Amino acid sequence: MMRLPRFRYLAPASLPEAVKVLGDLGPEAMPLAGGTDLVPNMKRRQQTPANLVGLRGLAALRAVSGDAGRGLTLGAMTRLAEVERGPVAAGWPALARAAATVATPPIRNTATLGGNLCLDTRCSYYDQGEEWRRSIGYCMKREGETCWVAPGSDRCWAVSSSDTAPVLCALGAEVTLLSRGGERRIPVAELFADDGIRHLSRRPDELLTAVHLPPVEAGQRAAYVKLRRRGSFDFPVLGVAARVRLSAGGTVEAARIFLGAVGSRPQEARAAADFLVGRRLGDEEVIREAARLAAQVAKPMQNTDLTLGWRKGVAREYAARALRELVG
Amino acid sequence: MEAPLVTLQSGPREKLRLAFAVNGEERELLVEPYKTLLEVLREDLGLTGTKHGCELGECGACAVLLDGELALSCLVPAVECGGRAVTTIEGLRDGPELHPLQAAFADHGAAQCGYCTPGMIVAARWLLDRKPDATRQEIADALAGQLCRCTGYQQIYEAVESAGRVLRGLPPLPPVVAAVHGEEPHGR
Amino acid sequence: MADDREATPRPGPRALDDDRPAPRPGAASPAPGLAAVGKPLRKVDVRGKVTGETRFADDFTMPGALHMKLVRSTVPHARLLSVDPSAALAVKGVRCVLTGKDFPIAYGLMPVSQDEHPLCNDKVRFVGDPVAAVVAADELTAQEAAAQVRVEYEPLRTIATPQEALATADPRIHDYGDAPNVHKLVAFDFGDVPAALAGADQVFEDRFFYQGNTHLPIEQHAALAWVDPDGRVTIVSSTQVAHYVHKAVARALALPPARIRVIAPPQGGGFGGKTDPFNHEIVVAKAAMVTGRPVKIALTREEVFLCHRGRHPTLMRMRTGVKDGRIVGHSVETVLDGGAYGSYGVASVHYTGALETVTYRMDRYRFRGCRTFTNKPPCGPKRGHGTPQPRFGLEVHLDKICEKLGVDPAEWRIRNAVPPDTVVANWMRVRTTGLVACLEAVVKASGWRERRGRLGRGRGLGIAASSYMTGAGISITFGDLPHTGVQLLLDRGGGVTAFCGASDVGQGSDNVLALIVAEVLGVEVGDVKVVTGDTSLGPVDLGSYSSRVTIMMGNAAIQAAERARDRLAAAAAAKLEVPASRLCFAGGRVFDVEDPARGLTFAEAVQRAEAQAGTVGTVGSYSPPTPTPRYKGGGVGPSPTYSYSAAVVEVEADEATGELSVEKIWVAHDIGRALNPVAARGQVVGSVYMGLSEALMEEQEFRRLPPKLSRALVHQAPSMLEYKSLTFHEMPEVETILVEEPDAMGPFGAKEVGQGPLLPIPPALANAVHDALGIRVDEVPITPHKVLAALAAPDRRYGPAAFPDVPWPEPLLVPPPWEGGDGKATNERKRERRLPGAKP
Ligand SMILES: Cc1cc2nc3c(=O)[nH]c(=O)nc-3n(C[C@H](O)[C@H](O)[C@H](O)COP(=O)(O)OP(=O)(O)OC[C@H]3O[C@@H](n4cnc5c(N)ncnc54)[C@H](O)[C@@H]3O)c2cc1C
Ligand code: SF4
Ligand code: FES
Ligand code: FES
Repeated sequence: MMRLPRFRYLAPASLPEAVKVLGDLGPEAMPLAGGTDLVPNMKRRQQTPANLVGLRGLAALRAVSGDAGRGLTLGAMTRLAEVERGPVAAGWPALARAAATVATPPIRNTATLGGNLCLDTRCSYYDQGEEWRRSIGYCMKREGETCWVAPGSDRCWAVSSSDTAPVLCALGAEVTLLSRGGERRIPVAELFADDGIRHLSRRPDELLTAVHLPPVEAGQRAAYVKLRRRGSFDFPVLGVAARVRLSAGGTVEAARIFLGAVGSRPQEARAAADFLVGRRLGDEEVIREAARLAAQVAKPMQNTDLTLGWRKGVAREYAARALRELVG
Repeated sequence: MEAPLVTLQSGPREKLRLAFAVNGEERELLVEPYKTLLEVLREDLGLTGTKHGCELGECGACAVLLDGELALSCLVPAVECGGRAVTTIEGLRDGPELHPLQAAFADHGAAQCGYCTPGMIVAARWLLDRKPDATRQEIADALAGQLCRCTGYQQIYEAVESAGRVLRGLPPLPPVVAAVHGEEPHGR
Repeated sequence: MADDREATPRPGPRALDDDRPAPRPGAASPAPGLAAVGKPLRKVDVRGKVTGETRFADDFTMPGALHMKLVRSTVPHARLLSVDPSAALAVKGVRCVLTGKDFPIAYGLMPVSQDEHPLCNDKVRFVGDPVAAVVAADELTAQEAAAQVRVEYEPLRTIATPQEALATADPRIHDYGDAPNVHKLVAFDFGDVPAALAGADQVFEDRFFYQGNTHLPIEQHAALAWVDPDGRVTIVSSTQVAHYVHKAVARALALPPARIRVIAPPQGGGFGGKTDPFNHEIVVAKAAMVTGRPVKIALTREEVFLCHRGRHPTLMRMRTGVKDGRIVGHSVETVLDGGAYGSYGVASVHYTGALETVTYRMDRYRFRGCRTFTNKPPCGPKRGHGTPQPRFGLEVHLDKICEKLGVDPAEWRIRNAVPPDTVVANWMRVRTTGLVACLEAVVKASGWRERRGRLGRGRGLGIAASSYMTGAGISITFGDLPHTGVQLLLDRGGGVTAFCGASDVGQGSDNVLALIVAEVLGVEVGDVKVVTGDTSLGPVDLGSYSSRVTIMMGNAAIQAAERARDRLAAAAAAKLEVPASRLCFAGGRVFDVEDPARGLTFAEAVQRAEAQAGTVGTVGSYSPPTPTPRYKGGGVGPSPTYSYSAAVVEVEADEATGELSVEKIWVAHDIGRALNPVAARGQVVGSVYMGLSEALMEEQEFRRLPPKLSRALVHQAPSMLEYKSLTFHEMPEVETILVEEPDAMGPFGAKEVGQGPLLPIPPALANAVHDALGIRVDEVPITPHKVLAALAAPDRRYGPAAFPDVPWPEPLLVPPPWEGGDGKATNERKRERRLPGAKP
């Protein structure tokens, strides 16, 4: 049986206490939300924090407030199963859809939205047991020097694999980060950095407390399409999130497209989005050209399921599928 | 729950007190923080009905109900279960009678080796508690976190459908038998 | 049934004349209807499975048990210079560390491949080979201490593929084998195939590749060992082969077999993955002996991938000559990637050719097989053992041939099916065959004639058929002992206890045992208590593999039960003053068929028999009939009888992405007789599932790092998440049809059902993909990138381009039955050399 390593467990009773603990312990501590990412990582000894700060007792992190008109604030501990339903499903179905494609039902019952955003980057040379990684001499992300995906590279190319992240980026959502020093609110897109190791701009002493969805605008449409091997369990090997605002006549007034799982952070497909503005989605030519432009930002590496060439090859098709969903 | 700054705290080798309800019975014990709910159920409480096939959230064999929600016991540190209610396969039936799901799994051939079965039945219970008339699509969606290597899933659908009927007060479905070549197809 | 052995086979095709009569359901009475056989009853062991009460190996523990972890090699190929346990021993809670020095004796499953050590002695041969074992108070401490064991290696060149193995004379992974890194070479000519091809109208050639895959039982291997107060070393283990574990422990630990007890509780799936004796089972026994405490080991999922013994990756080349629409010559060459140890490999390589002949008529047959050693976890038997690979090749090859010939592939198969009662080209003896019935059934059910080729682009139907053994005609350990035994004890309360070494892997063997005994004795199934999977509590059964348990244990059970019935009949006859021949056993009673009111309860009959001649206990055993082939190597493939299957797969293929979605599968299986129709259907659907999962996604693939930077050769994805298998979402509806034509060899006519229906699925899928898109993917699994690659290829094909050069030995020349001869090779040499140092 795989076992967790030993650690000290702390269960703060209030938000101030939680950030105090995180501030005191710094990188020695990690927050534990649903644990569906952290627990397996710890069992594989990829992450071995000396202290785990359990967030379960913090009711403030479960609060949900607002509505489609005003925007919605979701506490970081909102479970993905809740994101699938309720107000999110009503106002932001693409996000609900993304949440519903994560992992499996029992995992979504436990996993949280905050944890999904802070999910560690993934790589098939890294998401392995300790002995396996020892057998390859480890890698740059932990304990080793070389990146086996790109041996000449001086950075890690581990993949941002969150399903909700690209959708939240496309929706223009924001997050609140709280530390002893105070609170800051940043766009979700700025939470991520293009590096497989330091993939979050969140500091170790900061707690992600809430996710803010902006109000739903008239003419807003959004879609999320996920590419993976099976209808369940599997992480995305490509996620296409698109959000547009259509005029009454059906012309695109604003567009934002993000691709997940093809880089160390969600990749913005700006050229594709810009191309769409002023055009009509009903035109298959427009969709094809936008999809071609979107696929250009996909930089998959050979470190996930399925072959690299194939993933590159079908990115366009999947981008087109996401855009077509905006039409319907 | 209020008052102390840090409600629970342990050293890495210290045990913590865990008080929770397992299958309706209050249990209290000392657990190492590194132990998951799975380990505590199986090793500390002797409830070996809950199985494991990966301990990483990748197979569903360890599924239990945690406060009524389907959860993977291999991913939950036991110390996080204080005050919560856990239902395992052992808690499904009350007395000698099988739960309708258990009876249906037995009658419909939905348990071959039986190793995925506890997790599968617990997951099906979670579904039927909410939707006793679940469609095949809903069954697939709800059970998609449980792997089975023996059955090909078909007889599991049939068992869940049959149990759903019983829970709705309808008679169970007869088990499906294969058509025999040369005879008129029978079964459903 | 040793007395039922057949006469020396005569040359030439012929009808069978020596079948024993089907078992009689009532002692000497006209057969009443069957009471339990064929009824959709609950399996006797199912209640524990749905309540969670069934105890699997890891559910066992003992007070004071210690826990063990294996330290595994992190390098693929190296001389083992030293193992230093001192740092591990210093960890608080550690009780002992064992190393290769504690295990000087090699063991292995087959007598000719005793090439494993419980812990490596001088060499490591793959990443995962165990080099030490740490025993501690708890599992986490053992794991932490295991990381402290210092191991020094002198690396050797890594051999990653069969091509490399064939090209590398030095270093050698083993110092035995038919060529430097070749474990086994086999070559047979059943008639002159080149001459047949020269005379053919057309000759077809294809190359295929079948990727390796693993069993992935949800239950991981676990073992608990202790020394009983009476001195017996006792091992509870998740094994399909308690008897072989017993033998291996005795050998490797030099213990008297009589002082070892192996208990195989029900397994949480095996599929062949638990049919080797494993190093951890032996080491845990030793640890219990050394510490004097119970010791437990539970493997992680990653370790289960390293135990492996799964499907051999197999390259194949097939050549077939056709004249007037029939096969005049067929040639198969296979190269198997065996991994680091022998395991069942000698049998596996033979199986890639042995059953090629039992489905369709072929005049002459040529087979070459080669199993190489590579620095990867050893391959072995997985559901279908060695036959899914050539079956995939043959059925796709035939689909292409039929396309060229312009004939319907279903019709061709029906027309060319091997008829019943035939000795085929390689001397395997076919008795009953439901092949034609299976084909007709799936053709009808799927609407094949109306729908094939007419579903529009992107949707297609494919057909394939197959055959599998119902138990092996010769045991792996050779020798003349029965393959199984059943012992019955009848008690005064009318209860019957049936003892047998067989263990239930989920296939339902406990239920079969109870059912058969109950049927013969006319009692309720629930009155029969089965005691199985314990080498101290029941007669030997060779194990749950090879689809052998129902036929062998079943026949032994019938024999034991009939003997018990005879004793009861004699006593009841005396009491009732009715001739024994008029007594009938049914409904828990023994009565006069002519005056049913005149009778005894079953319990009274037992009491009368006990009063008459003492405790009522009987035994039965089973040995398969003497195989027809008499050439060396002909021991692999003969079976008391073969099952047949056919399937039609309907696929939806996405031309833009290459993704496949299987919409429905129709499968027909020739089962002889379904002892339990619910369980039988479950076995069929489960086999279909596993075949489809292999065909679509399962891959035991390895990863090599850039050789300049690293020697590593590691399993690509030893996890349940990344080793892809079908979930609820990918599994289509399966329509199952059983063909019931009782076979005299089987208990109540039953043939196997647990493996055969897997076989037609991968080729039927490949053929369906062709129907949908006009492409050929000559490889398994058929993944989206291969579909796209085939669509883009000029020849619309994806598959192996080349077949390696193999130093084939001089073939054994065995004329097929219709060309004279007696099943012996005309050029057989003396016995081959044995592995140096190995005991026969
Ligand atoms: C089999 C399997 C399949 C999966 N498939 C998918 C998938 O398809 N798509 C997908 O997106 N994910 C998948 N996951 C990953 C994971 O389940 C989800 O990403 C989940 O949402 C993580 O949330 P959690 O609450 O469990 O996070 P945790 O595991 O508790 O935490 C994850 C990380 O976030 C940090 N963290 C958590 N909460 C906060 C906070 N409030 N403030 C600061 N840091 C925080 C933790 O310290 C940790 O580093 C899968 C996991 C498994 C085991
Ligand atoms: S991308 Fe390179 S450095 Fe990063 S985890 Fe993978 S192998 Fe390691
Ligand atoms: S043991 Fe596999 S999901 Fe928990
Ligand atoms: S019944 Fe064996 S794994 Fe499901």
